[in-house]
Amino acid sequence: MQHTTQTAPHETSHAHEHHDLGFWRTYVFSTDHKVIGIQYAVTSLAFLFFGFCLMLMMRWQIAYPGQQIPVFGKLLEAILGETAKGGVMSPDLYNVFGAMHGTIMVFLAVVPLAFAGFGNYVVPLQIGAIDMTFPRLNMASYWTFFLGCVIMFFSFFIPGGAAQAGWTSYSPLATTIPTDGQTYWLIGMVLLITSSLLGAVNFIATIIQLRAPGMTWMRLPFFVWAQFVTAFLLLLAFPPLEAAGIMQLMDRVFHTSFFLPTGLMVGGQVADISGGGSPLLWQHLFWFLAHPEVYVLILPAIGIVSEIIACNTRKTLWGYRSLVYSALAIGFIAFIVWAHHMYLTGMGTKISAFFQTTTMIISIPSVIILTCLFITLWGGSIRFNTPMLFALAFLPMFGLGGLTGLPLGFSFADLHLHDTYYVIAHFHYIVAPGTIFALFAGVYYWYPKATGRMMNEFWGKVHFWVSFIAMNLIFQPMFAQGMAGMHRRMYDGGATYSGVLDPETGDVVGLPGFIISLNKGITHAAMLLALAQLPFIINFFYSMFKGKKVDDNPWKATTLEWQTPTPPPHGNFDKHIEVYRGPYDYSLPGAKDDFTPQTEPSHK
Amino acid sequence: MEVPYTSKPRPDTGLYNAKVGIWLFLASEVMLFGALFSSYILLRVNALEGTWPHGLLNIPIGTFNTAVLITSSITVVMAWASLKLGQFNRFKIYQGITILCALAFMVIKSVEYKDKFTHYQVWLKDGETIRGHIEVPGIEGKPWFMTHKKLEAMEAVDHITIHPDPKPHVASAGGEAPEAHKSENHGGAEEHAHEPRRIEKADIKRLSAFVPAHSTYFAIYFTLTALHALHVMGGALVMAYLWGPGSKMWKTDPERFTNRIEVSGLFWHFVDLVWIFLFPVLYLL
Ligand code: HEM
Ligand SMILES: [Cu+2]
Repeated sequence: MQHTTQTAPHETSHAHEHHDLGFWRTYVFSTDHKVIGIQYAVTSLAFLFFGFCLMLMMRWQIAYPGQQIPVFGKLLEAILGETAKGGVMSPDLYNVFGAMHGTIMVFLAVVPLAFAGFGNYVVPLQIGAIDMTFPRLNMASYWTFFLGCVIMFFSFFIPGGAAQAGWTSYSPLATTIPTDGQTYWLIGMVLLITSSLLGAVNFIATIIQLRAPGMTWMRLPFFVWAQFVTAFLLLLAFPPLEAAGIMQLMDRVFHTSFFLPTGLMVGGQVADISGGGSPLLWQHLFWFLAHPEVYVLILPAIGIVSEIIACNTRKTLWGYRSLVYSALAIGFIAFIVWAHHMYLTGMGTKISAFFQTTTMIISIPSVIILTCLFITLWGGSIRFNTPMLFALAFLPMFGLGGLTGLPLGFSFADLHLHDTYYVIAHFHYIVAPGTIFALFAGVYYWYPKATGRMMNEFWGKVHFWVSFIAMNLIFQPMFAQGMAGMHRRMYDGGATYSGVLDPETGDVVGLPGFIISLNKGITHAAMLLALAQLPFIINFFYSMFKGKKVDDNPWKATTLEWQTPTPPPHGNFDKHIEVYRGPYDYSLPGAKDDFTPQTEPSHK
Repeated sequence: MEVPYTSKPRPDTGLYNAKVGIWLFLASEVMLFGALFSSYILLRVNALEGTWPHGLLNIPIGTFNTAVLITSSITVVMAWASLKLGQFNRFKIYQGITILCALAFMVIKSVEYKDKFTHYQVWLKDGETIRGHIEVPGIEGKPWFMTHKKLEAMEAVDHITIHPDPKPHVASAGGEAPEAHKSENHGGAEEHAHEPRRIEKADIKRLSAFVPAHSTYFAIYFTLTALHALHVMGGALVMAYLWGPGSKMWKTDPERFTNRIEVSGLFWHFVDLVWIFLFPVLYLL
């Protein structure tokens, strides 16, 4: 490892610049991108777990409606009181948990982990920068996010509980629910959005301004490109939701009627409002964010997977340029597909034709990306370590999620499938066995850089295989349930609509018993998934102190983050960084190793 | 360790960091106000015939405020140009004027807001609507934020007195009843426009000051102008800091200080630009 130990003579002074900042400035109110990245990652991993626990309890209610939740039921009653009477989940509580599962998973877990967590830690390292462009803004961004999290979390414990109108918060429902949860949700969202905007500005500015000498655009690791496009999506798509959030807040607090139509009836009476608003306006503004948001959920994941696949096949990525252009294409088209979530609002055939077309078009770059990654595997000498297993599993899982999305993009098929468990299965294949697996892959992959120690391989593999099986047992049956007509957001798992025999035709009308009985299997698989996370959690903390010690470049990778001391000090690099080549020069003919770092000059 | 390119531009991009930052930030601001303007258009296009009020804002005051902001836009450039020429004292004067303009804008806007909060519309059960200032027995001066709900709760009150605005027919565009119906029943209203009129509490269907809850028009008016006012305040605070304590940097790092003035100036131009759109859209159209 000569290149990691050599130190340019004039740079040895970096230890002296480590002026003591004290505990608070070093670990809590730090402006160092690595500390902030870890803060984001830890906070969001905690919320990932929390969001999953909410869903576990909901799954129990779906499979065994009206029965006491084992273990947690009594606890729930003790904390929340009436709404969990006897340890049974009430319909209101189901709505609270459902809305907050979605909100937490998307805005408090996956985005902050994939974008802010990994992005903060890895991007400056990969482009050879000493930090983000605006370190103090970075800190402000984390703490704004944290405040948003606190408000969201706190809202569970106010009278009436947290928001109940789904993560989509459609008005008039969201506006007219009499409890205060939605108001907290809106205030929380405004903070989370503000934080994302600050983060996005910082990321883009960093990638534009702080690339090391020689790090041209086409030498950027694909992960950086993915984060770059993601940052633009956040920057331009989030403000409309912020505007919508402000307007819904006005509706709730100052009794305006932005989203409330004339003649609205609430509880059998004409509502005492001015009227004149438009419920569809909310849906447009919401989906104008929320479609790009799904690419915010997936692009960083694709970026992580690309890094890991290139490194562990010991090959350059096949079609690097196609990957980059596809990511950019996705970034543009993502802004003109949003109304495919609204086919049922009666938008008319012309507009629906437009959105069906753009939706089909945006699937092309996604397919190109997936194809490039699959072809990269071809002929590689693949190392099946834990990060690689997760990355490999990502490909078919993302593929399945993507392909099952196509029918939803056609209005005629969507009329049948809209708001059923088919939709739940489709997008969870993308975000759960898709993105979440990529995030696990990223944790295992960059863990040695952040801590100097490996996570345990054996327990990593146990974590992978059990999770992989459980995920599919959970989400595969939901396709069948959805196609049979089972609706989402039903607190009894469809029991109300269970099938009865039509004596005339002999057909079953309603949901067949088999479809409903799948609920039990899914719930048990979800419990298995929960169990499978235990080795990960233990491994994560145990390895911090007891894991195998590693050198600066344990995976023998080419990109710049492996050219730093481990863990990287404040300021990152202990030598002058100059980039001479593309990001994935693996197995170059005639090279002395099977990897050639980006800092290796071409002619020597 | 210092982040590079904080004052000198990066050679290949030609930009210093904060300039990249502010342009990106402004792009997101364009989307924020863009969404609100789009909402305005959608709400207005969807409004039922005759329910979108006209002529309720004070155009002379609005015009004057527009002039104030445009002036500040000029002085903010002059301030930056002065720094480029190395004339710190001229910078102080020009930037001082900019900040005063911002303050003037806010004061004028508050007066306008206050006017609205004490100006009322009453919808009567027979379909008539009247706009004007009201008196409520037992409340001294002009009541603020009165509503029919609050009136109902006031048991001692059985009527209010309204001083109708002149030109009730223009104002009646906001009412729910068709135009023709009103002029039939209240054809004589014109000449008595200024005379106070007693209205029985029992006849009132709805009563609202010109507050956000009054109509979607005022809802979007207040949302847009309040958000804009927050931007004015934010900008003024930053500029005031850079004018006062922050200007010490001129001695230590003049180039970076000039950059800061440029960046805050760019933000200020954006705030002005938003107003240039807001004024015709809300006041004139
Ligand atoms: C891996 C474990 C997960 C399981 C078992 C799970 C399960 C579910 C189920 C069954 C529903 C439907 C509830 C209903 O309609 O009543 C749901 C809704 C949802 N989930 Fe998940 N989920 C998981 C992870 C995730 C992740 C990682 C994300 C996001 C990144 C996510 C985002 C959502 C959203 C947005 C909804 C819709 C909420 C709403 O109806 O408003 N979930 N989840
Ligand atoms: Cu979409």
